[in-house]
Order: sequence, then C-alpha cells, then structure tokens
Amino acid sequence: MPSTQPVTVNLGPQHPSTHGVFRMRVTFDGEEIVDVEPVFGYLHRGSEKLAEERTYTQVLTLTDRMDYVSSMLNNQSYILAVEKLANVEPSPRGVWLRMIASELQRIASHLVATGFLIQDLGALGTPLIYSMRQREYILDLFEMLCGARITNSYLRPGGVYMDAPEEFWPALDKVLLDVPHAFDELEELLSANEIIKSRTIGVSILSPESMVNASITGPMLRAGGVDWDLRHRNPYDFYDQINFHRPLHNSSDNFARFWVRIQEARESVKIIRQCIDKIEPGPVRPSFDEVPRLLRPPPGDVYSAIEGSKGELGFYLVSDGGIAPYRCHVRASSLINLTLLREMLIGELFNDLFVSFGSIDLNMGEVDR
Amino acid sequence: MDMIVENNIFRFIYCNLVNTNESCSDFGNFLGILPLGFEWLAFLISGFLLCFIYINGILGAVILSIWGERRLYGRFQNRSGPNRWGPMGVFTSTADAIKVMFKEDVVPVDADKFLFNLAPVLMVFPVFMVFSVIPVGIGTFVVDLNVGLLFILAVTSLSGLAVVIASWASGNRISIFSGLRAVAVLISYEIPMALSLVGVLMLSGTLSLNGIVEAQKIPFILLQPLGFVVFFLASLAEINRTPFDLTEAESELGAGYLNDYSSMKFGIFFLAEFAATIGASAVIATVFLAGWKGPEILPSHIWFGIKLILVLGLIVWVRMSWPRMRIDQILHLAWKGLFELTLINIIVTTIMISIKPDPSVNEMWIMAIINWVICIFSLIIVSKFLNRSVKDNFSNLKNTTPYPVGTEKIKSSFINKKEMVN
Amino acid sequence: MIGPGLLRGLKITLINFFRFPATIQYPNRRVWLPELSRYNSLTPLKLFLETPKSAILSLFGMAEIPMKIPQSPRFRGNEFAWFEDRCTGCASCAKYCPLGIIEIVTSPGSTDIQEGENYSIDVFDIDIGRCMFCGLCVEACPYDALHMGTSFERSTTVRNKLVINKDNLNNSDKKPSSWYRPQFEEREFNPFDSEIEDHYEAGRHEKPEKRTMKDRWVDRNN
Repeated sequence: MPSTQPVTVNLGPQHPSTHGVFRMRVTFDGEEIVDVEPVFGYLHRGSEKLAEERTYTQVLTLTDRMDYVSSMLNNQSYILAVEKLANVEPSPRGVWLRMIASELQRIASHLVATGFLIQDLGALGTPLIYSMRQREYILDLFEMLCGARITNSYLRPGGVYMDAPEEFWPALDKVLLDVPHAFDELEELLSANEIIKSRTIGVSILSPESMVNASITGPMLRAGGVDWDLRHRNPYDFYDQINFHRPLHNSSDNFARFWVRIQEARESVKIIRQCIDKIEPGPVRPSFDEVPRLLRPPPGDVYSAIEGSKGELGFYLVSDGGIAPYRCHVRASSLINLTLLREMLIGELFNDLFVSFGSIDLNMGEVDR
Repeated sequence: MDMIVENNIFRFIYCNLVNTNESCSDFGNFLGILPLGFEWLAFLISGFLLCFIYINGILGAVILSIWGERRLYGRFQNRSGPNRWGPMGVFTSTADAIKVMFKEDVVPVDADKFLFNLAPVLMVFPVFMVFSVIPVGIGTFVVDLNVGLLFILAVTSLSGLAVVIASWASGNRISIFSGLRAVAVLISYEIPMALSLVGVLMLSGTLSLNGIVEAQKIPFILLQPLGFVVFFLASLAEINRTPFDLTEAESELGAGYLNDYSSMKFGIFFLAEFAATIGASAVIATVFLAGWKGPEILPSHIWFGIKLILVLGLIVWVRMSWPRMRIDQILHLAWKGLFELTLINIIVTTIMISIKPDPSVNEMWIMAIINWVICIFSLIIVSKFLNRSVKDNFSNLKNTTPYPVGTEKIKSSFINKKEMVN
Repeated sequence: MIGPGLLRGLKITLINFFRFPATIQYPNRRVWLPELSRYNSLTPLKLFLETPKSAILSLFGMAEIPMKIPQSPRFRGNEFAWFEDRCTGCASCAKYCPLGIIEIVTSPGSTDIQEGENYSIDVFDIDIGRCMFCGLCVEACPYDALHMGTSFERSTTVRNKLVINKDNLNNSDKKPSSWYRPQFEEREFNPFDSEIEDHYEAGRHEKPEKRTMKDRWVDRNN
C-alpha cells in the first residue's frame, strides 16, 4: 500500500485567473482542497495614508483607483461621507445624475463579474468578450459625462462636477435598451447551460449565519437569502423615492451568486429609468460660495456607506478642522468578503477553486488599497 | 506490390524512376533514371519522398489551421481576428513559428533533462503516424494498413504517455496535476472511443480506412449517429479540447504540462496539438462522413478537404461555446454515459445486420431512420440520468421566507455572543 | 449532461458569428479595393494610376486607411491647451494638483495692458509622466487659461520629454477638451477638427471690443 501525502501548491500572485495579484497556498489531497491560505498585499499603495495629505477633493482621485471596475460607486461612497462630514446640502439634479452614473457602474461591474465567471469555468473568453463589449458602451457614456472611462472623478461634494451633455440622454436610452439583451444572451449561455449548472450548483455553499457573522455583504449575502441591501435598508441619496425589487436566492452557492448579480443588473436598468423620469433641470452642484473648493469640515468623524457592486462600501473620515482628513479608512467590501474563502473552498475540487474565488467578485485594487 | 498499384503518388514517383516494371505498364517512359536491378533503390526513394510530402503537407496544414482557427475564434467572439500579416493575416502563424524558433530555450534546474527533451518528440511522432493510414483522396495515402483503425487507436494512446513524461520531467507541481488528469481522462476515453467504432466495423467489414470509405454507400453518420456522437466527444477528450481540456485548463493550471517549456520545444507541443486536432477531424471525416467520396463535380481530395474543414469548424464552434467540465463529471460522462451509449449502438447494429446482412441503399435509409430515432431516444434517457444531480432551485424560490434581517433580530438570534467576546 | 442548454449555447455563438465585428482596428484599418476607392473617392482605375502600391495591396485586402477612435469632446487627454495670454500665474492649478506635478515660476511682468495679465510666467512645467488626468487643475483655473487636451498618442522613449515646458505648451495644438468648460459646449466647439487660435475664444465670455478694453483698462472709465 503506497502512502499518500497532501501536496501544497502556490497559486499566484502571477496566475492567469487570480483576478489580480492574489496568492493562495493551497494544499491538495489529490484533486480535493484540504487547506487554503490566502496571501495578499501585493497591490498595496497606501491610499488611506495618502488621503491624509490631500484635500477633500483630491482624495476623490484616490478612490477611483481602489476598485477600478466600479470607480463611480467608490466616488459616490466617498462623496457621501464628505457631505455628511461637512454638512453639505446636495443639489437634486446632481444627486439624480450621480445615481444614474453609479447604477450604470453597477451594471458594468456585474457584467465583468459574470463574464469572468464563465472565463474561470473555462469557456475561452467568448462570454467574457460579449460582456466586455456591452461594458464598453457603458464606458462610452462615462466618457461623455466626465471625459474618462475608468478613473472617472465625476462626483464632487454637493453633486456632480458638470451637467450631462445633450447627446448623453439618447445614448443612455440606447444602452438601457441594449443591456437587457446582453444579459439575456449571457443568461442563455450561463443559466441554461447544463455544464455550467452542474459545475456551479451546490458548490461552495455558505450558510447565512456564517455570512452574517463574517459581515459579508452584497450579492454574496443576498444569494444566501438575506435581504440586506443598503439602498433599501438605509436609503442614501434619493433611493427612498425609487421602487426596486431586491433579487434573493436561497441556495448560497456559486450559481446563486451569479444569478443574483444578473438580476440585480436588470433591476439597475429599472432604477435608471425611474431616475430619468424624476430628474429635473437645475444646478448640478451648489455654488462655490456655499461649498468652496477647499472644504474645511468641522472637527468630528463620520462613517457613511453605500451598497457597492460588491457589498457595503463605506468610508470613515475623521476631520480635525483642517483642509485634509485626519484619518480616512475604507471598509472595502472585497476584503471583507474574502473572510470566508477558506470555508468556501475546503472540500471542493481544484476545478472549482477559481470559480468559487471568482464568485466573491473581488478586486485586488480594493483588497489591498 | 499491391501498394504500388493502389497508391497514386507512390506509383508516380516509382514509375518515373524505373520504367521496366509490369505495374508501370500504362505509364510509358518518363525519366527512367535508374538502371535495371535497382528497383529496391527506387522503392526506397519513392517511399522516402512520399513521407516527405506527407509530413510537409501536415505541417502546412497545421500552420493554416492555426490561422483559420484564430480567424474563426475572432468571428465567434465578435472581433476580426488576426489580419496584419499577409492577406487576411494568413502569415500570422508563420511569423509565430519563426518567433518561437528564435526564443531562448530554458530548461528548469529541477527538470529531468533527458525526459524533458524526449517528451516533445514522443508527443509529435504518434500524431504524424495517424496520418499515414488516412486516405486523403483516391489512391492518396502513405500506406493502406488492413488494421488501420486499430493502428490509429493504438498510436493515439502514445500521446498520453508524452504528456505524463513532460509533466513529470518538468519538476513542477502544477504540471504534475496536468499529467495525472491526462492519464485519468485518456484511459477512460479510450474505451468508448474504441467501442464506438465497432458498429462501423460491422457495417463495413474491414479495418482498413480505405475499405471503410469504399464501403460507405451512404455516410456512416446517418447509419451510426450514436457512434458519431460518442466518437466525436471521445476524440475531443483525446486531443484535449474544450469541454475536456483539463490537461491544459488555462484558468487553473496556467498551461498545464507546458508550463516549463519554451522555445521550439513548446512549438513542437503546440504543433502536435493542432496536428492531433486535424488528425481527429480527418479520422471523423473518413469514418463517418465517407472521406473522399462525393459527387464527381469536384476531385476527391477537395471533397476530403471540405469534410475536414467542416469537422474542424465544429470543434472550434464547440470550443467557443462550452465551458470546461469538472474532472469527476468527465469521468462520469465516460463511464456512465458514453460507455452505455456505445453498448446500445453495438446491440442495435448487431440486430440490424443479423436481419439484413447485405442491405441495399434503400434499406440503408430505413436503417438510418431507425438508428436516428434510437439515438435521440437513448441520448435523452442518458442525459436525464446524468442530469439527476443538477437541480434548478428556482422552483422553491418564491415560497421561502427570507433570512430574518433587522437590527434586533440579528442581535438576539444570529450573532454568537461568545464569539464576539473572544 | 448532453442537453438542450448546450445547443442553446451553440446557437448564441452562431448568432454572434454572423454579427459585424464590434472592435475598431486602430490605428489603421485593412481594406479591400472597393472600400479603398470609396475612401479616396476615386474610381478603381484612377486609384491604380495615382497610388499603384496601395491599390495593388488592396487587391489582397492589405491596403491601410487610418482609423480614428470616436471620442467625446470632454475627453481628458494629453497635450494641455494653455494660453499664456490668459494665465496670470496665480498657481491655483499647481496647488490643486493632487500629485504636485505642475511647477510655476513667475516674476513681475510688463505693464502691457491685457486682460488678466499681471505677472510674466518664466516657468510652467507639467510632468506628464506622473499626471493621472484627473482634470482638477483645469477645474481650479479661475481664468480659463489651462484646458485638458484631447489627444493621447504622445508616448516617447525619453523620460525628459515627458516634462512639458512653457515652449511646448505655447507651440502645441490648441485643441482643448470641454471638461469643465461649459462655454465650449454651448458653442458646440469640436476639438477634433477645429482649433482655438485666439485666447479670447477660450474664455467664459464674449470677446470684448477693443474700445471697451481701452475704456476699462486704460482710461479707467468704469
């Protein structure tokens, strides 16, 4: 009887599907995963420390680079924290515009997540390219709004920096018509395909209790049947004036996570349509007499969170009355969603390792900051 | 001297070299370089030249097929594909081949150098041997073995050995995963692959590929749909294509057993892989699509080429559309799905042949219809059997109550206070 | 596992197979003869007479025609448009830049009477190599002197060239982006085929008459 022993393999940080520079020391017993030890920090840029030496507006450019597939949402979260800290009353049109922008960004982020799921399953990029194609149309809208596709810096305390150009609205309508078709196509490839279903259903199941205890948020939590959406629970901006459905699944496996993402993106389209109906002409941000460029918020601290594309994305800002935050801390949803990685992966097969890892939908820019 | 009579290329070269031979009587005097008594030399030279032509033909076909596949990938992925080098980018893979040749050849420190260098050779030569028995047109083949199909089955298993040697010799744990997977998959799929051809053998009564082509009054894909489906899937597994590309699972293993190979060694592996794809398509085209047979509007070689390209296109299409399967599912599919399908196929074919030992074309059409009905029926049954583990859980979505959320409820019932204290 | 879902997947990829490619061939597009003649608006025969090389290449689909990427006028790009006549050297942009890559040195300038000119600018350096094109400097400029550019093909092999100095800024194409410049959008200024020549056009107001200028600044009537 030959004796067997587990094998430890180092996956990453240079690996095609670790979604960035993530490293895992994985111990295998045959094809089965016995132990996982995540190692990260390869992309640490010290954003939180850098924020202490920049004015409140300049910090905005750092938030773009945290989660670089959903920079609008990062901007929104940060700007809400600043507004709360400095008691800024935002202009309604600016708020509507930033809601439209952030919901568009949520669609783009979920498109990326869904595309990469099928890439991790080994479909050689076809669905990934279909989803990226659709994402490009959304990034075109961002270019119309703010001149940049990824590092937007579109929002300002009190609203947005500039009103949307006239050609934005017809282009937005066109994209909103296209997005459901794109998701139909992805769903045809994803949720109808027997291979994908058999590979994702029942894999990496997490219990709702453990997820709540580990403070996991976002689509991952809603896939476990927990109805926790900050847009609904703690409405920021004008989300209290909007009716939307919160898709829930109860099986909490890889399939459920991606099903929830797709449904959520479909809901985002409806939210944007309601925003378009309710938006009215007016200034997009308060004048510089009310909100100066160089903000000096009163001393104090504030925590403000939004429902990002990956979960609760919060900023904790401390002001000492100066022009720069005394402390800036980010509650990065990607990092906190990683907490249960070990529990997710142990007992699964090597083939499912990166699928489960990808179903967290993490972004290394946000994990390491 | 049967070979000289049947093989057109061989005969052309041979008869040009010697002019006094009874098998060349219809050729007239062409060159007559060699004097009398040197037929053995002529035989040697013409055999060598034949192999030379064949191997270079395969290499050219590989270069073309890499380009063609990349163009097709581009179209399936809604982009244009390579289009810079030459008309429609046809020289792209030539440029790649030149680039690969001039790259640095790295041998890892931990590698077993002898085996590391041996593996590419072992990988490439069985692939070329497959082509030797495939008739590309009327009388165009290297050798017409009377055990052609068995030869193909035997030779293709050798490539598995090469993968294992490559993965072991690299001294890399990720590569070893790839090698072990290759063993599991190749051994499992040898059996359905061999059994799926039994029906064809019964219908044609010969193992020679030329004989099989000539026996196909109507293409065997109509008479043997089950055999075709099983053989197609099994050969996808043998050549490591999606959905069975576990050996080179890019998103898991990087490049699998190729991880440590560079320069032309990598190039040879790459070439062997694509040549294997062409080889598998050629076998499918020969056995199931009547090979070079076709209406006499076009020459036989072109009919073969068209069928080959169709099968290659089907493989590319499948590769673009389906994701990879998990290793346990692949083995389940082989043993629980394809194996049973081949048995059904053998039983049905046996019954039909015992009823009608020598069917006419019209009777063959009736047999084809019956076979298709049985094929679809058994595919549905087997897929349901395999699908049992996959359940949609949408049905109970509406009935479930969501997990209780709300500040008080979470605090009281779901947060373990002991853990929080710790 | 063999089932209808797999066939539906095949159907989706087949539909996409027959779609027109969504990609843009940048910077050149490969074209065949009909398209080349349409691009040059010449008949094929004239094409062979005038540009025989590209005409012959186009028979194999290898002729190249330049292809531009569609850009929004708000595109925040390289090659800043800077108007020295508008710049007062207040260094708001340098203060507002998150990375501190703008360097300005001023000295008391001439007494030449021009709108908004008090200091002569000796040094105006922008280190493009570190710039992240956030556009905050443009937002800070109170006199609309600095504008984002719209181009992006400005790579060099020498790092020194990544520092844009005053001469480069003065001599560069004045194709400003309309990022934070609503006056360009009101005028429907298109930076991709037109250029701003006069620094008065870049401002947020109508170009004043010379007489009013004289009234306001020389005679101090108002």
